[in-house]
Amino acid sequence: MTRLYAFLVPLVLVLGLISLCTGPAGMGVAESLRALFAGGEGPLTLVMREIRMPRMLLAVMTGGSLGLAGAAMQGYLRNPLAEPGLIGVSGSAAFGAVLAIQTGLSAAFALALPLMALAGALAAVVILLAMAGPRGGSLTLILAGIAISALAGALTSLVLNLSPNPFAANEIVFWMMGSLADRSMLHVWLALPFMVVGWTIFATVGRGLDALTLGEDAAASMGINLVRLQWGVVIATACVVGAGTAVAGAIGFVGLVVPHILRPFTGGRPGALLLASALGGAAMLLASDIAVRVILPERDLKLGVLTALVGAPFFLHLVWKVRRERA
Amino acid sequence: MTLLRLRNLSVTLRDRPVLADVSLDVAPGELVGLIGANGAGKTTLMRAALGLVPASGESSLAAMSPGARARAAAWMPQAREIAWPVTVETLVALGRLPHGRRPGPADAAAVDAALERMALEPFRHRTATRLSGGEQARALIARALAQETPLLMADEPIAGLDPAHQIATMEVFRALAAEGRGGLVSLHDLGLAARHCTRVVALAAGRVVADGPPAEVLTDDLLARAFHISAYHAETADGPVFQPLRVIR
Repeated sequence: MTRLYAFLVPLVLVLGLISLCTGPAGMGVAESLRALFAGGEGPLTLVMREIRMPRMLLAVMTGGSLGLAGAAMQGYLRNPLAEPGLIGVSGSAAFGAVLAIQTGLSAAFALALPLMALAGALAAVVILLAMAGPRGGSLTLILAGIAISALAGALTSLVLNLSPNPFAANEIVFWMMGSLADRSMLHVWLALPFMVVGWTIFATVGRGLDALTLGEDAAASMGINLVRLQWGVVIATACVVGAGTAVAGAIGFVGLVVPHILRPFTGGRPGALLLASALGGAAMLLASDIAVRVILPERDLKLGVLTALVGAPFFLHLVWKVRRERA
Repeated sequence: MTLLRLRNLSVTLRDRPVLADVSLDVAPGELVGLIGANGAGKTTLMRAALGLVPASGESSLAAMSPGARARAAAWMPQAREIAWPVTVETLVALGRLPHGRRPGPADAAAVDAALERMALEPFRHRTATRLSGGEQARALIARALAQETPLLMADEPIAGLDPAHQIATMEVFRALAAEGRGGLVSLHDLGLAARHCTRVVALAAGRVVADGPPAEVLTDDLLARAFHISAYHAETADGPVFQPLRVIR
C-alpha cells in the first residue's frame, strides 16, 4: 500500500510538471517554472498562469474525480463494470452543455456552457432521487440511471438532428469529445467548489464500501447506514462528474479502467481503492492531456478520444488476463 | 441479564404474515438452535430481531443505535457474499469495523483468535474468492467471530460444510457459550442441534411451537407437526443420537 502511494504520488507530481512544460510556446523547464512562480511582466508569465496552469489543474481535478467516482461506484454496486456515467449524470450534463451551444448562450456568455452542464447534472440527481427514493436500493438506482442516460442521449441527438446551423452542430460534436484546451482559471474556480464537496463526501464512504464487501445485510448489521451510503455515493458522484463534464466535456474510460488497474495493488479493499484511484485517475488524465499535445500538436486531438482509444484496448487486455486466470 | 429479548415480534410482508407474536430470550451461556421447515420464518425472525426488516413488537437489539447493535450482536447472513478478491485475513478483519477506525493490537488479536478458532491459519493469505464454498463459509464465520460481540447470530452457518467442519463449527459456538457469550443459529441438521445446542426453538408457520432443551423439543409429536417426519432418537454413551427416518403425509 505504502509502496503504491510511493509510486503514484511522485508520478502525479512529475506528470504535472511535464504538463506545465508542454506546449507550443516551446520554453525550457527552468524558464517556464521561473515565469510561473517568480511572475513578472511578459507573455511567458501569462502563458504559464493563464493557459498551462489551469490546464494542468483541471487534468488533476477531473482525472482524480473520475478515478474516485469510478472506484466508489464499483465499490457501492459491488460490480467491476460500474463506472461514474452509469447513473446518467454525465449524459445529462453533456445535454445541458449541448443546449447552451445550440441556443447560442455559450457564445453570448462564456460561463453559460459549464453552468448549463451543471444544471443538467442537477436535473439528473433530482430525477434519481424521485425515482429511487430514500430506500430505493441499488437496482432501482441503476435502472433509473440507464433510463436517464438514454433520455439525455436521445435529446442530445435530437438537438443535433434538428440543428439548422452546421457550425453549432460541429461545435457540439467536438465539445462532446472532451478537451482541456483553452480553459482558464475561471473554469478551475467554477468546478472546484462542487468537486471539493464531492471529495469530502467520498472521504467518508470508505468504511461503508469495505463493509459492503460482505453484502448489504452484513454491512447493515455492522452499523453501516446503507441509505446514507447510497446517497453519499450518488450525490458525490454527481458533484464531481457533473463539474468535470461541465469544464472538460465527456471523458470516458478513466473511471472504469483506473480502479481496475489499481484494485490488485490495494488488496481488493474498496475503501483503500478510493485514494489510489483518485491519484491514478489524475495521472492517467495528465498523461493523456500531455499526449494529445505531443502526438498531433497541429490537429487539436481531443482528450476523450485518446482516453477511449488507449483505455479500451487496455481494458480488453485486462479482460483477457482475468479470463485466463479463471480458466 | 439477556443478550436478546423479543416480545410479540410480528412481521408482515406484502400482506402476508411471516412471523407472528414471537417472544424469545437468549441469555449468556446459551446456544440456541432455531429449527423449522423451509419458509417457517427462521431468517425473518433473525433479521427482524436485528432491525433489518420492519417489524411490530419489541426487540432489544432493534431498539439499539446501529453502532451499539453492531457491538452487541454479530450477524452472518445465509447469502455468502464476498464481492472482491480480498485475502482471508482482510475479510476476517472486516468484522472489526464496528470497533473504531484505526486498527490496533486488539483488532489484530481478535482476527488471530477468529482464524485460530475456525482453523483458517493456513488460509490467512489466500484470496477468499478463490476458496471453495465451504472454506468461504468458514472464513465468513470467522469474520463474525472477530466482531467479538456478546451475541452471535448465524443463518445456516454449517450448510455446505464437510462433516468434520460442521462438528468443529458447532463446537466453536458451544465453546463461545461456555465462555459466557450467546448464540442463536438456524439449523437444518436436527442431529447436530440435538447434540450441540443448549436449547432448541422450533418455528412453524411463523410461530414458536416449541422452546426448551433439545430432548424436550425434539419429540415425535413435534417432528410430525413441524417437519412432517418421523425420526429415531436414542441416548447413548456418546450423547444423544438423532436420525430423521421418513416423511409422514
